[in-house]
Parts: sequence; C-alpha cells; structure tokens
Amino acid sequence: MKFKSLSLALASTIAFTSTAYAQTEIQWWHAFTGRLGDLLAEQVEQFNTSQDDYTIVASHKGNYSETLNAGIAAFRAGEQPHILMVFEVGTATMMAAGGAIKPVYEVMAEGGAAFDSDGYMGAVKGYYTTTEGDMLSLPYNSSTPVLYVNRNAFADAGLDPDTDLSTWQNVDAALTALKEGGSTCPLTTAWQSWVHLENMSAYHNVPFATKDNGFAGLDTELAFNGPVQVQHVQMMGDWAADGRFIYAGRRNEGGANFRAGECALFTESSAGYAGVKAEAQFDFEIRPLPYWDGVDGAPQNTIIGGSSLWVLSGHESEEYKGVSEFLSFLSTSDIQSKWHQNTGYLPITIAAAEQTKAEGFYDENPGTEIAGMQMTANAPTPNSKGLRLGSFDQIRGIIDEELEAVWAGDKTAQAALDSAVERGNVLLRRFEQANQ
Amino acid sequence: MEKRVTFKGWLLPICLLLPQVIVTAVFFFYPAGQAVWQSLFIPDPFGLKSQFVGLGNFEFLLGDPYYRAAFTTTAVFSILVTVASLGMALFLAVLADRLIKGSGVYRTLLIWPYAVAPAVAGVLWLFMFNTRVGVVSWYLGILGYDWNHVLNEAEAMGLVVAASSWGRVSYNFLFFLAGLQAIPKSVIEAAAIDGARFWTRFRTIVFPLLSPTTFFLLVVNIVYAFFETFGVIHTITSGGPQQATTILVYKVFADGFVGQDLGSSAAQSVILLVVVGLLTVIQFKFIERRVHY
Repeated sequence: MKFKSLSLALASTIAFTSTAYAQTEIQWWHAFTGRLGDLLAEQVEQFNTSQDDYTIVASHKGNYSETLNAGIAAFRAGEQPHILMVFEVGTATMMAAGGAIKPVYEVMAEGGAAFDSDGYMGAVKGYYTTTEGDMLSLPYNSSTPVLYVNRNAFADAGLDPDTDLSTWQNVDAALTALKEGGSTCPLTTAWQSWVHLENMSAYHNVPFATKDNGFAGLDTELAFNGPVQVQHVQMMGDWAADGRFIYAGRRNEGGANFRAGECALFTESSAGYAGVKAEAQFDFEIRPLPYWDGVDGAPQNTIIGGSSLWVLSGHESEEYKGVSEFLSFLSTSDIQSKWHQNTGYLPITIAAAEQTKAEGFYDENPGTEIAGMQMTANAPTPNSKGLRLGSFDQIRGIIDEELEAVWAGDKTAQAALDSAVERGNVLLRRFEQANQ
Repeated sequence: MEKRVTFKGWLLPICLLLPQVIVTAVFFFYPAGQAVWQSLFIPDPFGLKSQFVGLGNFEFLLGDPYYRAAFTTTAVFSILVTVASLGMALFLAVLADRLIKGSGVYRTLLIWPYAVAPAVAGVLWLFMFNTRVGVVSWYLGILGYDWNHVLNEAEAMGLVVAASSWGRVSYNFLFFLAGLQAIPKSVIEAAAIDGARFWTRFRTIVFPLLSPTTFFLLVVNIVYAFFETFGVIHTITSGGPQQATTILVYKVFADGFVGQDLGSSAAQSVILLVVVGLLTVIQFKFIERRVHY
C-alpha cells in the first residue's frame, strides 16, 4: 500500500516535471516583497501567459544586498540564475566581473528580440552603459529624490503652504519659521548619502569622485569633500543641532515620521509616492529637490537609485533567447507606463513617459512628473551621469557613520567628509587591487 | 584516585568517537582551514581571479584604526553582556532557590526568553525603544528624557547590551539554580547555626561552591557575546551610530557581505578565532585554578 502510493506520487512527479520542461525555464532572482513584489509577479504572469516557449520563474532572495550575495554565491557554486536584480550601488561590482556577466546589448543582439537602446531615457540608461554606449544591464526600477511637503504642517505653523522651496536658502528660512511655529520635525530625510551627497553633487555639477565619478577607471578617488558639499552638510548639521532637522536613521526610517504627519518636509525617493499617498492623512505635495542658489550650474540634473537586471553567464543560447524576449517585454511602453504610474519609479523608456502623459496621469496626480523632469532637465555632464564606484555599499556605510557624527555634533562637516573620503579611498584601492 | 574506563581493542572506541570527529572535521576544521587559506588572498567577489598577498590582509587590518577600535568595542560589549547576564541570573536564581511556593511557575516564566532567537529579541527591544513609536522611549519622554539611540552612542551600546543579555539570563539562570540546589543544605544550616547571616553565607559558602558553574558560564557567555549577538546588532543598530556598536563579528559580516572584500573578511575570521582561543586558554589557565570542584 505504502509502496504503491509512493510510486504513484513518484510517477506523477515525473509526469508533471516532464510537461513543465517542455518550456524553457528562466530563473530571475529579485529583491522585492510587498506591493512591489506583487507588481513584479504580475509582470511575470503576464509574460508567461503571453507565449508558450518560456517560463520565467521569479524568486525572492532577500533585500538588495542579500540578493546580490545570493547571486555571487550561486555563481561560485555554478548554480547562478539567468537574471539577477542588482541595486545601483552594486553596478561597479558587476561591471568588474567580466567573466560572470553577459552584457544586455549582447544578449539582445543574439536573441533578436525587439530592442532599441536609443528608446531608453538617457539619464537612466547612462548609469548602466559603458563609455562606448553599450548597455550592460537593463534598468528595472529607477527613482530620484524629490521633496515631499506636508501642507497641513505648514498651515499649522502659520506658514503659507505655497512658500517657494526651490532653493536651500528658502528652505532654511522656512525651517526656522516652522520651528518657531511649533513644529517638532520641520525636516527629515531618507537615504542621507544618496540624497544629500550623491544627488547633491550631481545636482550642483560638482564631482562626487574623480575620473568622471568612476566611469573612466578603477583608479578613481572620492571627492565629495568640496566646498559645495561641505556647505550643505554643515547647514544640515546646524539644523540638526537645534531640531530643525530630525535624523531618523540610515535607510528610510524617516518615512514613518513623515507619513504620520509629524514632519513638514521630507527628502525621499520619488518611489516613496505610493506609500505616502496610501497613508498620509494630510494634504501633501511633491516639489523638486531644492538647490543652492549661487552655485554655478545648479540645478543640473539628479541621478537615479534603484536596480537593474543583469544577465549572468554560463547558460544555453536557447535560454538567452528567452531572456532577450523577456527583457524586450519589460521594456514595452504598456508595462513601463503601468509600472511608473503604480510605483512612482521612473519610466525607463521615452515612449512610456509620453504614453503616461497622453493618458492624463500627470494631470490627475500632480507632482508625479517632477522626478522625470528633474532628471531630464539638462543633458548629463560627467558629474551627473551617475556613480560607478567599487565597494560602494560599504562606502555608503562609512558616509552614514560620518554624517551621524555631524548630526550628533561630534564633528564639523569638513572633518567628517574629509574622514569619509579618506576611509572610502582605502576601500576603493582594495577594490582596484581585487579587480586589476 | 581517578576512574578509568578501559576498552578491549581499538575498534569500539574509534567507532564511538568517529561521529564526533567527522562532525568536527566537516563543520569546524574544514571551514576554519578554508578561512586561513583565503585570508592569504585578495579574490574578486565572483571567484574569477585571486591574488596571493601573503599576510597583506592582516597588515591592512592591523593598520586600520577602525578595526583596532572594534577590538575595544568588542571588549566593552562582551564584558557588559557577560556581567549583566550573569549578575542578573545569579540574583534571580538565589531568589528562586529560596522560594518554596510557586517556584515552578516562576522558573518556567524565567526560562521563556531563552526560546527567543537573538534577531527576534533585537526587533522586540527595538520596538520598545524606537525613537518614535517605542513604549519605553515614550515614557522616558514624559519623564523629560530624550531617548535617541540612533545618534547617541552610549544609549545604542546600552540597548544592544540589554537585548543581548536578556535572552541569556534564562540560560544562566537554569545553570545557577541547578548549582544552588546541588549545594548540601546541611552546610548552609551549619553556618546559619554558627550565626552567619545571609550575605556572609553567600560570600563564604554558596559562591565558592558555585564557582564551577560560574566558570563554565563565564566561558560560554563570552563566546556568546563574541559571536551569537550578531543578530541583535544587525537588527537594532547595524553597527552604528558612527561605529559605536561595531563588534568584530559584525565587521566580518560588513566587510565580507556588504563590501564583498572576502580576503579581509577571512583574515578577520582568523583573528577572531585566535582571540577567542587565547581567551579560553587564559580562562582555563588562570581562572580555573581558583575554581573549587
């Protein structure tokens, strides 16, 4: 009896797997849970039902860092997925791993699926493209920092909610007025290094690192201790000292404070839009990221954060054909405009942006077009194309530590940024040595 | 007068030892050997190429002031965790030992926290002390104390020490209680008849007789503070603010899995192994001499 049922189960398993194997299976490891995970699953489902040749199997492997580590460990064991989601700070690590990746432009050329690299937004694509213009990975979710305004908090403190907040000088005055008006949290932020140093540098057209922010070589050195960055961080340190800026944590902990209505201003990714819209019990508004009036070339353009899809080497050409079909599917403007509208991430193609506009989405949801405008306002310069630095996840950790020293009043902005540059350079040299 | 059990022949003792030897070899000697080997190289993350650097990784680490600072942080953290969890457990065990009614319930409840994994314990404490929604920080705010472990280094250290010690108190409590109950009542009663008060009895009789238990717990707790507290640190502070709670084992993780610097990470594991080995040798050589079995 027991043997019979066991063999039956075995037979059915074999039968089942053999039918499933009629389609080529393509593994995709990603880092999304919750709502983003559902939207991703929806894209996969739509692709799988749209054709019979390939099945995409999406697996969640933890947060961004964990997903990258899972991919690396799997590669070392020879069990790598076809597609790996890697956050933007892991870009240099992936690029340096020449033998482990199969560049997207190559996959697309061999697979023959529809692909026009000119159709992608320059400011998004640039981050993942070689200096020769070859796209190495496909941008998946890209966002850029913007300023969220709690209009009720302004009114409560006796301020006009329509106050001009386009420059940090104006923000400074507003924060002082908010504080005097009784606000317990005039300003908070998410992702301090990304918003207040990386984007800050690009937005004011000053280098974050030498060698075109690392695009031109592994022998790059950090350079974010220049006068513009020091001025900005020192100002924030002064705000922190008397409660005009409330530091909540290294990641997006500040989001909870803002969504609860406690904070008046919040610098956060444009992808935070869905969360704020869902939870905020107050009147909110999105404004462009402020800039320092008087800095030459500001405002330039902001840079992206998010992830891209890397194709890993070591698979069959039939499978790569499936990968190219899927990446082509992801780039279609229907998929992209839906993704953009649902999440607040930028559309990666120009066509998707135009489609969203034509559908009237921006008129119904004012503020959602700001991220795109801010990124495409000017043609990117070598300082505003993006960042390509090794060990950058860990360098961000160092920056976080040093900024915390400023917020706590232990260090001046100049001392903290000098120290961060020095410590980060040590890691860059290690990375250079490991990848020479 | 040592008791010796002798086996006839070799086969049986070897068979009895083999499972333990195999487990140790597979799960300890092999990975430890790998770590020592890897610490001599700077590999790229994907294992495509690697360069032999000899002791270069160790030189790099010991020349790094932040790595040396992590030693101090680890020492402070381990001493605080060990003292706090042993002290609290001993106090509770002495109370439980004197209790006659309801001691079963009391003991059972005290053992509960041990079942909570360090990472979960970390999240629980983080919720209580969250600067915005935490219950404890809210009450502290009413009392006029502005709790902010996100920026205050001492508060962050206090919080990770409390969260790490909490679950450990249960474990230590069990051993202390068993130790206390193994002390013959007649000895204590004799001292009581001689007029020794509770504190004198504790100091001159109970504590010395408890010393084997205390010594064992000391070794086990230091090893715990060195390694198993990773989950607590990762969930509560991620090593911050600045580097106030970056202990050695957290740095192994940060350099290896955030920075993908496997050479440095392997070298740190080797250093950690040596440090814990040395500590244990010191403990057995010097402290054990004072222990009365």
